[in-house]
Amino acid sequence: MPDTRPSDPRTMTLEAFADTVLPGEKRSPDDRAIAGAAPGGGAVAAGAIELLRTPATGIADGLDDYADLLTKHALGYAAEHGLQLDETVPPFVALPFEHRTALVQALTAPGHPEKPFWVLLALFSYMAFDSAAHLNTRQALASGHPGLTAMGVSTPDADGLWRFAEHSYGRRLSDVHPDTDHSTGSLA
Amino acid sequence: MTSVEKTDVLVIGSGFGGAIPAYHLAAGGARVVVLERGPWLSSEEMDHDFLLGSSYTRAFDFVVGDGMSVLGGNCVGGGSVVNFAAMPRAPRFVFERRGSVNRRMWPAAIDRDTLDPWYDRVAEALPVTTQEWGTVPYAGGLWAAACHHAGRTANPVPSAVDLDKCVNCNWMMSGCRFDAKRSLLLNYLPAAVAHGARIRPLHEVQRLERTDDGGYRVHYTVVDAEDYRVHTGEGAIDAKIVVLAAGAGATPVILQRSQPDLGAMPHAVGRYFSGNGERLNTAVVNEDRVRDVLGLARGDGRAYEGYQIGRGPCVASWDRLDGSLPEYSRYSLEQLYFPPGLGTILAQVPGAPRPSWFGAAKKEMLRRWRSWLIIFTMIEDDNEGVFGPPPPRGNANRVSQQMLGHGTISYHPTANTQRAWAESDADVKSILERDGLAEVAPWTNDLVGAYTVHPLASCRIGDDPATSALDDRHELRGHPGVFVTDGSAVPGALTVNPAMTIAALAERAVPGIVRAARERGVDVVYGAPAPDGATSGRRATGAQAAELMNR
Ligand SMILES: Cc1cc2nc3c(=O)[nH]c(=O)nc-3n(C[C@H](O)[C@H](O)[C@H](O)COP(=O)(O)OP(=O)(O)OC[C@H]3O[C@@H](n4cnc5c(N)ncnc54)[C@H](O)[C@@H]3O)c2cc1C
Repeated sequence: MPDTRPSDPRTMTLEAFADTVLPGEKRSPDDRAIAGAAPGGGAVAAGAIELLRTPATGIADGLDDYADLLTKHALGYAAEHGLQLDETVPPFVALPFEHRTALVQALTAPGHPEKPFWVLLALFSYMAFDSAAHLNTRQALASGHPGLTAMGVSTPDADGLWRFAEHSYGRRLSDVHPDTDHSTGSLA
Repeated sequence: MTSVEKTDVLVIGSGFGGAIPAYHLAAGGARVVVLERGPWLSSEEMDHDFLLGSSYTRAFDFVVGDGMSVLGGNCVGGGSVVNFAAMPRAPRFVFERRGSVNRRMWPAAIDRDTLDPWYDRVAEALPVTTQEWGTVPYAGGLWAAACHHAGRTANPVPSAVDLDKCVNCNWMMSGCRFDAKRSLLLNYLPAAVAHGARIRPLHEVQRLERTDDGGYRVHYTVVDAEDYRVHTGEGAIDAKIVVLAAGAGATPVILQRSQPDLGAMPHAVGRYFSGNGERLNTAVVNEDRVRDVLGLARGDGRAYEGYQIGRGPCVASWDRLDGSLPEYSRYSLEQLYFPPGLGTILAQVPGAPRPSWFGAAKKEMLRRWRSWLIIFTMIEDDNEGVFGPPPPRGNANRVSQQMLGHGTISYHPTANTQRAWAESDADVKSILERDGLAEVAPWTNDLVGAYTVHPLASCRIGDDPATSALDDRHELRGHPGVFVTDGSAVPGALTVNPAMTIAALAERAVPGIVRAARERGVDVVYGAPAPDGATSGRRATGAQAAELMNR
């Protein structure tokens, strides 16, 4: 079941960031944090907020700072581009998706003084989707984790380990380099 | 300070550069202690799990610098535990490279012919074997077929994987659960322990100091087993000989930090770093074209969809490893699997407007993940990496409990490096986009700079004291009794995977270390067989070993 409870402003801001990185569909028609820019679950549905809050990331304690800074950047961005923001939601959330994208692009671009900071937030948002790093992988797959499922990550054997019995076309598909030393497999 | 522990030989780091001398010196009769920053994992602890805190994050390390990020092992066995076990020898021309110093950068004593017997020793020890087409995984097969279609050749890459045990799970970066990968945990390290070497995991060396008797005091801190940012104790060990093998991303930092006590370091310490010219391209394969153009079929209706299946790199195209081509235009193109988690973010959507590493189009590309094929390029770079002042401890300021930190390396690719990357990118594109087989884009360097799993040459061997930190016997110039035997000693990019060359050089360095130990009163002899007792490699290196000991 999608979580449809309203989030606090800082969480909404972080959700909107994660959703900009890997967008997904809205949890409900009035969902504002998720822009609805792509079908299927995105980084938020994949658990970005849970992962960001995991102490192992090393950034869990700094999330409020991230949200506040993003708010500041969103206000600056809106002012610079003459955008009128809906004040009933946090400023970054109020930005239309293409402007969220442009702002994330600017914050993570080479030369931006805060780049390492934002790349880290993007990385963990990503990891929620592409590896469910806050979950046991096998359980994540079993429960239909949106990222791993979308990517088509295969399921393990009953003991939780992956094995691929079928793995090869089983035939020679190219000539080898003429200087190959056949006793070592390296170039002579 | 209370009594300090003493040993004959102190080895820092337990990867290829550390494990090999540790074994030979222990087998020869020296007292050996190995200090290793990471944990000592058993096969059962090598999880198939991306959960933070599993072996995937415990055993390797990702250090982001300015323009370069380095991925390395962080466990007993070092890179051998988390790597992909491709073990080719460096091509002949590599040893003649001139690079940015504009004269031959390798020591006169080393070329492919003189190194071959040492390669043989490693091949016998791990062992390294040639791979057969019949067992090459789908991704390698696809790359071979694409190369053939483009009029190129492709080779199965020699590897240290025992195919009788391998299940093609592709979890190699978490360590091999099935003991199929012949990591150092299965050969040199247990043999060293059997000869009395003591290996201390979770011990991070911080600096060296000279003792009054001409030996060295090695200072370490003890790392918490779960949160590597936390250090729970400290200590020191006195040794007559120090073998520094913390990897090319860490060895120069330990020396930099030791400078106030040890005195000036050679100019080349922390300079001339090379990322082995690495570059990755992701191809999103058109399944129909693979079937129709290349005639590939898995027998279940699928043509490929095999990205997740296999074992790291298995097939490489070596057509451009041609010594008659000019420097910086020679490279290998190797098929690779890179697991999700750290690399996926860097893949760009082929043909899409920037930014193409995130957003809706990238998500769509992720949906086709099973049809990905990664081509790993190793060009000749310009040794342009330089380390800044050392961080408070270790070689990075750790951000996460495990795995992730910010380091001090800076790497600004020269025009030579950039041109070589661009040429190889274009080559990959021309092979894989031919007849609509796939769409290809290189990984972005914008986020974490260039990236390498093959850090090299930050403390290199050479004949010229101005550009090399070590003589050709791997002894640190001006600091007798300190030897560096890891990837930092390799003079430059190799155009192929480096572990085999690092290991061969470490084997070759041992006679010189034995000699230095003997000169310092350690009762040690040289001449141990391979870890499993095999002796044919030893016979072939006998003459060179004698020369290295008596020089
Ligand atoms: C994912 C991945 C895949 C790879 N695939 C291949 C491949 O297929 N073929 C190939 O040839 N190469 C591959 N490599 C590279 C190869 O593993 C390395 O080149 C090789 O391991 C380097 O050996 P080394 O002895 O220089 O250092 P390492 O093997 O990195 O060993 C250094 C050790 O020192 C420890 N250490 C660091 N700092 C300290 C300190 N202060 N105190 C104590 N210990 C410390 C580290 O934890 C580490 O265990 C791969 C690497 C990675 C990460």
